[in-house]
Amino acid sequence: MNKVIYFDNNATTRVSPEVKEAMDLFLTELYGNPSSIHQFGGQVKKHLEEARAKVASLLGCQPEEIIFTSCGTESDSTAIYSALNAYPEKKHIVTTAVEHPAIYNLCRYLERQGYRVTYLSVDEEGQLDLEELEKAISPETAIVSIMWANNETGVIMPVEKAAAMAKEKGVLFHTDAVQAAGKIPINLKANQIDLLSISGHKLHAPKGVGVLYIRQGTKFVPFLRGGHQENGRRAGTENVPGIIALGKASELALKNLEKERSYVGQLRDRLEKGLIESIPNIKINGARAPRLPNTLSVSFEFVEGESILLLLSDYGICASTGSACSSGSLEPSHVLQAMKIPFTFAHGTIRFSLSIYNTEEEADYVLEVLPGVIKKLRDISPFSSANSAH
Amino acid sequence: MWDYTDKVMEHFKNPKNVGEIENPDAVGEVGSIVCGDVLKLTLKINPVDQTIEDARFKTFGCASAIASSSVLTEIIKGKKIEEAARITNKEIADYLGGLPEQKMHCSVMGMEALQAAIENYYTKKGIKVFPGEQEKIICKCFNVSEKTILKAIELNNLKTVEQVTDYTKAGGNCGQCKGEIEKILNDYWASHSQKPYPELTIVEKIKLIEKILDEEINPKLREDGGWLELIDLDGKTVKVRFLGACSSCQLASQTFKEVVEKALRDKGASDLEIVLV
Repeated sequence: MNKVIYFDNNATTRVSPEVKEAMDLFLTELYGNPSSIHQFGGQVKKHLEEARAKVASLLGCQPEEIIFTSCGTESDSTAIYSALNAYPEKKHIVTTAVEHPAIYNLCRYLERQGYRVTYLSVDEEGQLDLEELEKAISPETAIVSIMWANNETGVIMPVEKAAAMAKEKGVLFHTDAVQAAGKIPINLKANQIDLLSISGHKLHAPKGVGVLYIRQGTKFVPFLRGGHQENGRRAGTENVPGIIALGKASELALKNLEKERSYVGQLRDRLEKGLIESIPNIKINGARAPRLPNTLSVSFEFVEGESILLLLSDYGICASTGSACSSGSLEPSHVLQAMKIPFTFAHGTIRFSLSIYNTEEEADYVLEVLPGVIKKLRDISPFSSANSAH
Repeated sequence: MWDYTDKVMEHFKNPKNVGEIENPDAVGEVGSIVCGDVLKLTLKINPVDQTIEDARFKTFGCASAIASSSVLTEIIKGKKIEEAARITNKEIADYLGGLPEQKMHCSVMGMEALQAAIENYYTKKGIKVFPGEQEKIICKCFNVSEKTILKAIELNNLKTVEQVTDYTKAGGNCGQCKGEIEKILNDYWASHSQKPYPELTIVEKIKLIEKILDEEINPKLREDGGWLELIDLDGKTVKVRFLGACSSCQLASQTFKEVVEKALRDKGASDLEIVLV
């Protein structure tokens, strides 16, 4: 394959050169176990704590409030199970209809285990109704879990207000901030979120490392039991290179936050505007809701997402689709369905997700290629009027 | 990412016979935009020798749907109507060098469009080829009829509900019809399995049980140091004893009970029950 134009950063990101450099030493010379008594291993502990402090800075919290995990999914599972185990008499969970599978499918499973789950609906822009949340929380509720930003559309949820509501009713609040971290400011000192998950590989650290923030004073029950690592809150020898990498990546993400908003945001807007101008009958999903600066979810009427992606792939362009055919399921994604995106559009939904490593030239290349791809597929489509505006 | 054959990618990227024939002699349109794929097939048919002179398609769908449509038109061009009527989804999939199991429904869609077109051709001529009975819809989400499901089972030798979903999409959304699909499968295979075995004598039954134990069950159990031994055949109850070293085999032999019973059923001794003593 020729040059790769990578617009799939909500799936995973490239490891920054600085991050790779920082972790290198811990894959080679400093391979000791931070729990060891000897100096060789023990010295690693110091680096681990530095990394923890850097992640804490990105999240605006205390280093002690952070535990390292293996991924975002582990953090999510840990948070939910901790709440259920800490309050065993409470059998109700409140979440949304548009969560990532890490929460969504876990909740589906818990329903089969006898828990009651409320899935809050979203409007056509993918936005929550806080009144619905208010009504959903009951004395039975063990935890409210609402994603900070949606992975498919980039729509930002009012999690800080939601957390305040939960707090007022004395209910734990968790947020899956995997897509939000590093893209928009997070300041846990300024809100009432109890538990928050992030994942390393979404912010230019490698795969295999995640974080769970646990607000000081929160009742917590560990998910993995065994050794005393992470103050007994997460057993298992630390993924030292991964943690060091995530520390460095957090430091860079904090530094680049403004660039995310301005540079990446402008790049996304350039792409969005260009597509609207050059391709008829398209729909930008979540356009009227607050969105992450890097995410563009666009639906092309009367064509199918997998076909679009496979043709784009020939040009080296990488993106994602919420269409059914790509995943082997037969229905469009639960997020698009919850937003009631019309079926004529839903099957043709493509997600472009950018990063600071993308360039204007790359966005322009997509704009050069994509209209032809859509036209070609619409010419094959039996709904042939799609190539001209209604 | 799907593991598509080169042939699928070739027909997807450079599909043959895209378009719509003006004043076609036959039109077949299947699928719906709600379900994510639609195929519209138009045919030009020679009125004298009934040969398909031209075939064009328009498809909304994924790569395998477009590729299936493209090869369908290639396969049927030049064929006589009655020859084309015998083309199955399997031929379409084979022509493509195979399709991923979950994409087989694309080949079924090709076959259905062709059949719809042929039906349309005859109907236009005032001939009723297919009995006009009301089709019973099993899967309401994807609008899949009992006829389509039965045809897919028959042509592709389908045995499980999951396979039926892969081939026809039926049951792939809300799943409410899965019970009905299972019933269709059971009824189909009940009436299509081999002729019932003649009633076995007691000696034949014992021989059969020992054969199954020796050939199918014990080789696996012996890997863990255990085996099953036939103790007695008491009416319909087969008493077997577990022998051997490890206790985990004792547990495993519970699953073998079901395996043995199934093997017996397959060989015509359906009323026997295995009891561990």
